[in-house]
Amino acid sequence: MTDKTSGVRVLVGTRKGAFILTADGKRKQWEVNGPHFAGWEVYHVKGSPADPNRLYASQSSGWSGQVIQRSNDGGQTWEPVDNKFVYEGVPGTHQWYDGTPHPWEFKRVWHLEPSLSDPDTVYAGVEDAALFRTTDGGKSWAELPGLRGHGSGPHWQPGAGGMCLHTILLDPSDPARMFIAISAAGAFRSDDGGATWRAINQGLRSQYIPDPTAEVGHCVHRIAMHRSRPSVLFMQKHWDVMRSDNAGDSWQEVSGNLPTDFGFVIDVHAHEPETIYVVPIKSDSEHFPPEGKLRVYRSRTGGNEWEALTNGLPQSDCYVNVLRDAMAVDSLDQCGVYFGTTGGQVYASADAGDSWAPIVRDLPAVLSVEVQTLS
Amino acid sequence: MIRVVLPAHLRLLAGLRDELSIEVQGQATQRSLLDALEERYPVLRGTLRDHVTQRRRPFVRFFACQEDLSHEAPDAPLPEAVASGAEPFLIVGAIAGG
Repeated sequence: MTDKTSGVRVLVGTRKGAFILTADGKRKQWEVNGPHFAGWEVYHVKGSPADPNRLYASQSSGWSGQVIQRSNDGGQTWEPVDNKFVYEGVPGTHQWYDGTPHPWEFKRVWHLEPSLSDPDTVYAGVEDAALFRTTDGGKSWAELPGLRGHGSGPHWQPGAGGMCLHTILLDPSDPARMFIAISAAGAFRSDDGGATWRAINQGLRSQYIPDPTAEVGHCVHRIAMHRSRPSVLFMQKHWDVMRSDNAGDSWQEVSGNLPTDFGFVIDVHAHEPETIYVVPIKSDSEHFPPEGKLRVYRSRTGGNEWEALTNGLPQSDCYVNVLRDAMAVDSLDQCGVYFGTTGGQVYASADAGDSWAPIVRDLPAVLSVEVQTLS
Repeated sequence: MIRVVLPAHLRLLAGLRDELSIEVQGQATQRSLLDALEERYPVLRGTLRDHVTQRRRPFVRFFACQEDLSHEAPDAPLPEAVASGAEPFLIVGAIAGG
């Protein structure tokens, strides 16, 4: 699938709009289209696996709130759909930064996850953390209240970026199973289509909460899975890279020889379930790569043993960050890997990370990167 | 007819190039004006005031006749010059963020 009949479409959300980057299967020549929704923050853009021309975008601003956009033609044209995200029942309180109760308040949609089988069904992860769903292509949204009703909600607290539900993974082998992650509450799993949830944080250890092994309170930054093996999960936590082989029932650390185990993104090779990628970031206060060298780290052993991938990436004076939703892989024969930086660069590798080149260098700060493999 | 000027990004969202004119049923107040505005441009719902509480979003300001009307009660009458269309009702994004 590397001839000109196939291709990729990279969907980039930035602080000041969305961009669509397209290339054929060689992934050498790129067309850049945008900005869409210029001036607005676009936290996420994602396409439906069931209909690649159906895209959804989360557009927001501190002035004007939330807008959801939908495209039926691969991003050439867009139409706003419903933007009403109202918590079910009495919202209640979660913990504020100072430990006091704080009312749940909707702020924005961080992540949109279209159903694997129905283009009209989409899950939305929002801040303050909750899970919403539309089944009519975005014309209306309803909360799946079982998540906040898990019982631990009053103990959830915001991470530095807010109390966001940022990761939604749908199990390709079991439509009733899904995983979500919240900063800073942790990871949760539902085995009944989102009606009820259980915290899956056993094995996580976080020194920044009173009980480092508590059921909730962990600042999970990202979870990833390979679609062929959905019970194996990989996690980039605030600190620590983790792995679960039992759908999150327990986790073990696989940070191994990483230069730092702080970071935001984690992703899995499209064809090799044991090949995973992270971008180590120096620390929770120094959000840039160690030594000013932008390095993707790849493990071909599902963690613990990592190799630095540097070919084509800046190896001096680089002080950008790579945010949690800003890495993606395509599913062409030679797996492509993509990530965006807060400096506005989007890097692509057409050889599973062995070499990299920027698609664009000067976008606004990149919030999210998704890729669609087109045939 | 009441003349309304939206901030540029909301004009774009609503598909407008310039100021708009809108008929308001009954007394012209902030509430009746925003109701009419959202009725004609549903995409603006939630962008000016909260969906549930109907309170003005914190960084949205209402100016008219060289006055800041942002803190006026939603059901207070708008100035006669606005109600008559002599002066526009300005919806402004607060200066924030540099």
